[in-house]
Amino acid sequence: MSYQVPKFRHPELPRNELGYTRADYEGSISTLCAGCGHDSISGSIVRACHELSLEPHKIAKLSGIGCSSKSPTYFLGKSHGFNSVHGRMPSVVTGAAMANRDLLYLGVSGDGDTASIGMGQFTHAIRRNLNMVYIVMNNGCYGLTKGQDSATADEGSASKKGDPNPFGAIDLPGLALQLGATFVARSFSGDKEQLVPLIKAAMSHRGFALIDVVSPCVTFNNNTASTKSYEFVREHAAATGTVDFVPMREEITTSYPPGQSQEVTMHDGSVLHLHKLSEELDPFCRSSAMMALERYRSSGQILTGLIYMDKDSRDLHEVLETSRRPLNTLAEEDLCPGDKVLQNINASLR
Amino acid sequence: MEPTDVKNPEYFHKVVDCQYACPAHTPVPEYIRLIAARRYTEAYMINWESNVFPGVLGRTCDRPCEPACRRGRIEKEPVAICRLKRVAADNKGEVRDRMPAIPEQKNGKRIACIGAGPASLTVARDLMPLGYSIDIYDNQIAGGGMMRSQIPSFRLPIQVLDEEVNFILDMGVTTFFDIEVTSMQSIIDKGYDAIFVGTGAPRGKGLELPGLAEAGDAVHVGIDWLSSVAFEHIDSIGKKVLVLGGGNTAMDCCRTSKRLGGEDVRVVVRSPFADMKASPWEKEDAMHEGIPIYDNHTPKEFVIEDGKLKGMLFEKVEAKYDDNGKRSLVPTGEDWVFMEADDVLMAIGQENAFPWIERDLGIDFDKWDMPVVDETSFQSTNPKIFFGGDAAFGPENVITAVAHGHQAAVSIDLFCRGESVQDRPAPRTNLISQKMGIHEWSYDNAVENDERYIVPLAPLEKALGDRKVEVELGFDQEMGFKEAERCLNCDVQTVFEESRCIECDACVDICPTDCISFTANGDEQELRGRLSAPAGNLAQDLYVSEALPTTRVMVKDENVCLHCGLCAERCPTTAWDMQKFLYNVSKAGQAA
Ligand SMILES: Cc1cc2nc3c(=O)[nH]c(=O)nc-3n(C[C@H](O)[C@H](O)[C@H](O)COP(=O)(O)OP(=O)(O)OC[C@H]3O[C@@H](n4cnc5c(N)ncnc54)[C@H](O)[C@@H]3O)c2cc1C
Ligand SMILES: Cc1ncc(C[n+]2csc(CCOP(=O)(O)OP(=O)(O)O)c2C)c(N)n1
Ligand code: SF4
Ligand code: SF4
Ligand code: SF4
Ligand SMILES: [Mg+2]
Repeated sequence: MSYQVPKFRHPELPRNELGYTRADYEGSISTLCAGCGHDSISGSIVRACHELSLEPHKIAKLSGIGCSSKSPTYFLGKSHGFNSVHGRMPSVVTGAAMANRDLLYLGVSGDGDTASIGMGQFTHAIRRNLNMVYIVMNNGCYGLTKGQDSATADEGSASKKGDPNPFGAIDLPGLALQLGATFVARSFSGDKEQLVPLIKAAMSHRGFALIDVVSPCVTFNNNTASTKSYEFVREHAAATGTVDFVPMREEITTSYPPGQSQEVTMHDGSVLHLHKLSEELDPFCRSSAMMALERYRSSGQILTGLIYMDKDSRDLHEVLETSRRPLNTLAEEDLCPGDKVLQNINASLR
Repeated sequence: MEPTDVKNPEYFHKVVDCQYACPAHTPVPEYIRLIAARRYTEAYMINWESNVFPGVLGRTCDRPCEPACRRGRIEKEPVAICRLKRVAADNKGEVRDRMPAIPEQKNGKRIACIGAGPASLTVARDLMPLGYSIDIYDNQIAGGGMMRSQIPSFRLPIQVLDEEVNFILDMGVTTFFDIEVTSMQSIIDKGYDAIFVGTGAPRGKGLELPGLAEAGDAVHVGIDWLSSVAFEHIDSIGKKVLVLGGGNTAMDCCRTSKRLGGEDVRVVVRSPFADMKASPWEKEDAMHEGIPIYDNHTPKEFVIEDGKLKGMLFEKVEAKYDDNGKRSLVPTGEDWVFMEADDVLMAIGQENAFPWIERDLGIDFDKWDMPVVDETSFQSTNPKIFFGGDAAFGPENVITAVAHGHQAAVSIDLFCRGESVQDRPAPRTNLISQKMGIHEWSYDNAVENDERYIVPLAPLEKALGDRKVEVELGFDQEMGFKEAERCLNCDVQTVFEESRCIECDACVDICPTDCISFTANGDEQELRGRLSAPAGNLAQDLYVSEALPTTRVMVKDENVCLHCGLCAERCPTTAWDMQKFLYNVSKAGQAA
């Protein structure tokens, strides 16, 4: 058993604008089960952060409890981290984000952590449009506690040692749409080509960005009767279209045939290309997105890709008009601006 | 691309870079692991089977394995493969009882080996255990060829050479030493079943420059002078010595001069320093002993005063390269440079010479007056007569002579049994899983970060005081262990079984050096452009699987794989396994 990844890396690894290689965004060696989908998602996060040239110390990764919530240890080893209690990650992010808007908040959760114990927190974070990326590593079970069905397990799906699930599943993207989420996507741990650009887009979005990533639990829920197995997901996934993310500073080189593609400029200036879009979905129209989700669900398919995005999203900071500066940079003269200012305020209230 | 045929023994052989580069294909990582386990005798025997002179080669090998070593592609320096071989030799226990028994009952076939260098000795080493009777002829007083006459004692102590030469001679070889063979016909007349020519490239080249005749015995041919030193006919030299040439012979000449009384010893070479033929470590060793190297100096004439050599004149040149990279040395136009000298050693190259082979024996010679020799069988156009070592294709090195000797022995054995020398036995290979349990391997799969260890040297003053004091002290056991731990175990192969793969990407995610990709198939050049990491080293193969359920293929770039086993540890279905691949070159007497 290896306890460390060798320090050597490919000698020609590309360097990003900061001069960092992908290795600079890695964490320590994973202790998850061999083949766990969560590790692939970690790999995609590493790739996305490297390609976006993010400064590791400008990222905070937060999680709850579960195998999925353990995974932040295995990426972004040089970033800030907070492993909260079960289902409580959103409130910790809320506090952190209010205190310091300069960091990029990356929440990592599981289907148990989100759709059961953390449901209340999840819904309010969406409702408030908290500026964060929220990744659910969704395996339809409680992996860490040995594979009990979770609230996202499909009706009739059975885990390795379990009976067919008698309850209907909570569909997290559907729920998020209903609650007013401003960025909703779904992907699959085994499809980095799709997942990496989605993570990049989510990171460039201002407001709450949910990516529900189907992520098979090889140990407890990768059997033939499960609808969250590698095989089942590969056979039943249908993509809304392909997503290309072009960071702000890069030149757009690919050309797309007209009609089949749409271009969105994100608030940070990056450009998102959505192409070969399914005709039945307008990803900028909430009701179209909700209908598409339902249509695919009822035909037994898993809709993946960017499902909905609100180009004019206003995040919690804008709504509350919070301080533009992190609270820890506010000095006494900012916090106690003096008698004159107080007089003015009092006068305005008379 | 077509799926890789890993059943072809050459595929995995090529992954073991060091072994593949070694002319004798020594199973390097196998012996390095044994050194790490402090099983020196076994490590020695693995070497002895392949390269016959581990003690000699552990000090003097040209080490083509080291520039090939994978470690050199992931960090600054390769594994010190050569010096680890010496650790095995220095620390070995009794080995004679592990060597093959020599049959009392001979097979009735008689073989002559002309020259007692490493090539001939290897032929004897391989054929004696099969019952052949072997006669070796050499004009020197003892066996070893240039290993004895040329390689100086401060690089190769005589006891080390004697021991390994005697392992072979003591098999019952009949030696005819101190005998110059002057006629091939006379050897043929003795009725041998086959004859092996291993006479090396014994003629040193000279320079015809003005003043040469007057300079008389102050000017020496380097290799003749070195052998006179080795055989103790010469034990001193003038205080001012010029050595002409930039190869390894020049380095041995200058270092030997320094030990025989030379005070101002200089190497003067026409080419730029970087283009010199000498191995980098030989140049370093010479400079470490205080010998300056003057590059870009073309010798023009010997300067004679009062009928005695006074020194030499040199023209300064500059290297110019044309569009095809072809070099020419163009004079700079500066004044010629004078350097004083009591003695001059010319070390500008060696040649073959076969004045003793009559040209009517059915042995064809080409336009360079070299025998026509088959590159696989080493047979000449006279089917009874075989050539190997420096005699076959010109001067090389000891390990090449050994490799030739092994192959010539295979041919001689086939020939004497009346079989075709082209029907050669296949290499013996073996591929075994190293799995000991979940995530447990029988080899040390962790990769050490240590940089290459430096071999300790004897104090300079002591080394320069006596030409027989060995300069390198070799690694002790502790350093040997640490250096051995740097080896990546490239023979432990990553073997992929596509039918088990569920395409979960776990291997891709864990691989520290981004070797693995799952992607659509394509032709090689195009595929190389879109793998997980740059795959521009065309000398290294891509391992491509059959199509997987998603129609993609697994592509592994072998280039910088650390053989760390993490892909196999992270694979939930054991589609990856770490399997040790042993490759042994075919040997004489092995069934085809
Ligand atoms: C100065 C110098 C240093 C070298 N250092 C190294 C080194 O560090 N490492 C390395 O790998 N290689 C080195 N080499 C090269 C290496 O010594 C040779 O490549 C190797 O010894 C060739 O082996 P061989 O069996 O072909 O012939 P040789 O070793 O040349 O042996 C041939 C023998 O045949 C004898 N012989 C020739 N003609 C006749 C005849 N007509 N009758 C009887 N006997 C005859 C010769 O005297 C000699 O003993 C060095 C060479 C030189 C010149
Ligand atoms: C307050 C609390 N309740 C229950 C648990 C037990 N528990 C640990 S992990 C887990 C479920 C995790 O499931 P999920 O979030 O899907 O993560 P996975 O392991 O599947 O990735 C539960 C119920 C706990 N740790 N804390
Ligand atoms: S139990 Fe399941 S979710 Fe947890 S690490 Fe193992 S495979 Fe992943
Ligand atoms: S790392 Fe070891 S096995 Fe690999 S090429 Fe170097 S010496 Fe040979
Ligand atoms: S052994 Fe496997 S994980 Fe390790 S470097 Fe090679 S391919 Fe990558
Ligand atoms: Mg789960």
